[in-house]
Amino acid sequence: MEVLLFGIAKDIVGKTVIHLDEGGEVPASVSELKEQLISSYPEFAKLSSLAIAVNSEYATDNVSLGKGDEIAIIPPVSGG
Amino acid sequence: MEKTIVEIVDYIEPDKVYAELSHSESGGICVFVGTVREFTQGEEVVSLEFEAYENMALKEMKKIATEAKAKWKLNTVLLRHAVGAKEIQEPVVVVGASAAHRDACFKACRYLIDTLKERVPIWKKELFKNKSVWVSAHP
Repeated sequence: MEVLLFGIAKDIVGKTVIHLDEGGEVPASVSELKEQLISSYPEFAKLSSLAIAVNSEYATDNVSLGKGDEIAIIPPVSGG
Repeated sequence: MEKTIVEIVDYIEPDKVYAELSHSESGGICVFVGTVREFTQGEEVVSLEFEAYENMALKEMKKIATEAKAKWKLNTVLLRHAVGAKEIQEPVVVVGASAAHRDACFKACRYLIDTLKERVPIWKKELFKNKSVWVSAHP
C-alpha cells in the first residue's frame, strides 16, 4: 500500500512515498493509518491538522482503505 | 454559454485573464491575483516554493467553481494556481468570475480565493535567508 506525501509530510518522513506493506501492518481505515503514522513519526502529532485523502478526496476517520486506493497525507494546506 | 477554467500551471499570466473571463452576457468581471510579498511578520522572504497534489487540487478547484455557480448567477469562473519557485512580486494565483451584475462577481471572487486557501491541496514554503518554513504547518 502506497501513501503519497506532500509539503511538510515529505520532510518529516524524508521521502515522497511510504510503502506500508514492507514489513509492517497495513491499516484498515483512515484512523488506523493516522495512528500508525503518528507512532512511527511523532512529528505528525505537532501539525495544525492532519488529513488523509483516499482516491483524491478528503476522507473521514471511518473510511476503510483498500489495496487499490490512492492514499495521500494532506498536511495543513497553504495555497494562494 | 457558461465557461469554467481550472488549471495548475508553472507561470500565471494575469494579462490573459480579461479575455478568458469576458462574456457577452456579463456586465462585470472581478479578478483577484495573489502575489509574493517581500516581508512576512517582519522577516524578509527570499522566494516561495509551491507544491500541489495535482489531481486532487484540480478536483477541489472544480468543486469550488461548481459551488460558486450554485450560489451566484455567473457566466464565467476561473481558478488558476502556479507551482514551483516564485520570486518577490510574482503572481502565484488568479481567480475570477464574470456576471450580469457586479454584486455576484465580487462575492464569487471572494468565495473562490477564500475557499481555495482553505481546502485545495497546495503547499507553500517560505524561503528566508537562513531557514525555510512550510506555511501554516504548525499552530
